Amino acid sequence: MSGLTIRGLTVSFDGFVAVDGVDLDVPPGDLRFLIGPNGAGKTTLVDAVTGLVKATGSARFGETELLGREVHRIARLGVGRTFQTATVFEELSVLQNLDIAAGSGRSALGLLRRRRGVPDDVARALETIGLTGRLDDLAGTLAHGQKQWLEIGMLLVQDARLLLLDEPVAGMSHEERDATGELLHQIALERTVVVIEHDMDFLRRYARTVTVLHAGKVLSEGTVAEVQADQRVQEVYLGHSTSTEGAA
Amino acid sequence: MSVLTGLGRPSRLRTGLGFAGGALLLFAVAPAVLDDFRLNLLAKYLCLAMVAVGIGLAWGRGGLLTLGQGVFFGLGGYAMAMHLKLADAGPGQMPDFMQLYGQLDELPWWWKPFENPAFALAATVLLPMAVAFVLGWVVFRRRVRGAYFAILSQALAAAMVIFLVGQQGTTGGTNGLTDIQGFFGYDLADPVNKETVYFVVAACLLVLLAIVRQLMQSRYGELLVAVRDAEERVRFLGYDPAKVKLTAYVVAAGMAGLAGALFVPAVGIISPALIGVVPSIEFVIGVAVGGRATLLGPIAGAVAVAWAKTALSERFPGTWTYLQGALFVVVVAFLPGGLATIFAWLRGRRATPRVSTVVDGPAARPVEEGVPS
Repeated sequence: MSGLTIRGLTVSFDGFVAVDGVDLDVPPGDLRFLIGPNGAGKTTLVDAVTGLVKATGSARFGETELLGREVHRIARLGVGRTFQTATVFEELSVLQNLDIAAGSGRSALGLLRRRRGVPDDVARALETIGLTGRLDDLAGTLAHGQKQWLEIGMLLVQDARLLLLDEPVAGMSHEERDATGELLHQIALERTVVVIEHDMDFLRRYARTVTVLHAGKVLSEGTVAEVQADQRVQEVYLGHSTSTEGAA
Repeated sequence: MSVLTGLGRPSRLRTGLGFAGGALLLFAVAPAVLDDFRLNLLAKYLCLAMVAVGIGLAWGRGGLLTLGQGVFFGLGGYAMAMHLKLADAGPGQMPDFMQLYGQLDELPWWWKPFENPAFALAATVLLPMAVAFVLGWVVFRRRVRGAYFAILSQALAAAMVIFLVGQQGTTGGTNGLTDIQGFFGYDLADPVNKETVYFVVAACLLVLLAIVRQLMQSRYGELLVAVRDAEERVRFLGYDPAKVKLTAYVVAAGMAGLAGALFVPAVGIISPALIGVVPSIEFVIGVAVGGRATLLGPIAGAVAVAWAKTALSERFPGTWTYLQGALFVVVVAFLPGGLATIFAWLRGRRATPRVSTVVDGPAARPVEEGVPS
């Protein structure tokens, strides 16, 4: 297992600095929550690590430098991500979605053949995300929460060793959130997981460690209790909300 | 099953029967019921249908709205016509139009390789594919897509016409390459040989159909739809979408090239007016009307629109353009998936709707062996 090591990561858009010299260490197998007010640079940080936006500094996964590589090359190194709005291939079935996610290493000749049956890794992922019964349904017909699970399942079959999840429980019911939390704990047994989340209740229950971003910089870092006790965090982020906030 | 996907998997038996039925229709029924003139027209329509099959793959499945297939159709057509003109003229002679314009003392260097029939035949398919590869590589790597790609491809068609018209001495200009007499030693004035050309066209169409069918149902076909619907997502799964799109574009170009090559013996002419912006758009209209994401929709649409054009132009000259425009508007507005939507809808009414009664979710079932690694 590998961890994520970020040093002096800086992203600026036309002079506006969205991520400002962030240092971040996510050890192998961590379940790290990344929180912060809107505009803190959470998603931009993930965008930089996955190659979507240009950044300076360094972001290493294990020993491998990620910055400067193309998006699909970073993905092949074992870095997978989801998006705020669940992005699945709506016109394809659940099985096809997973099969595509599993296949970036396939040869050109293999691609020209038909899929026969359900590949083993896809079957296991279906089991894990609980969508075995929806195998042949179009992904577009899934409920919102199920689409988010499907995305996580796609990361599993893609064999991502580092999962960067952008608000995976947004819009989910309580039961679905609990199920997702358990799932993330399962996944973090063998992979490194970073979750961007606004839901404080969810964070308290499932985060192993937390990093708070504010205005593009790391404000605080530690366990949930440590971060909650941090005076600065309470001021900028938790101060105005003691109860559950975010997407409910 | 959604019309824009159409990834339903008919059994081998049904597929085999479908192809057998198609072959029966094209090789037995059509020659029996159509006179020589109509059969020759059908050969022309089937050439247009070959272009449509490729557009169905590139546009219907790949989302590449290519408004410039006339370029590849033209490359194939001109490659074939150049060889046939040289063959008509005889060894060492220049084609008739070059002698007529009298600007040249000898055959231009780029005409010479086309004297070789093997080179010319290979060029009809490989030349369009090579051009599409170079163009597609540049365009898709730079992430040009949507309307920008459509406009770019159309501009290419316009540019090619301007080039051909401007080089009258070596390309025949506006007239194109006309009055083609023979086809690899066979006299095209002979009805028997014309019928043979029709059979060659029909056979090629079936082969292209089989190729596209395999591409659509393979893992590549699923990936292509994924790229069409969410290109960025595919990138994050570790694929390079540019290569996926490039493949569909190059295959479609090769098919258009072969269609252009067969169009020449079937119709006896290739000219800028047949490959420019307007014909390029007409290819797309046929595909849209038939159903761009289905296997047979593009063929049906292309043949129907071409047939309607001939039939209506015979009776009401001048009104066809308006009718064609109206047809396109109606289909886009009311049947975005093309006429194939109607068939899918009829089939859907017969099938029982599938309702999921399974309680889903990661917690619905304990995971015993943990997370797969």
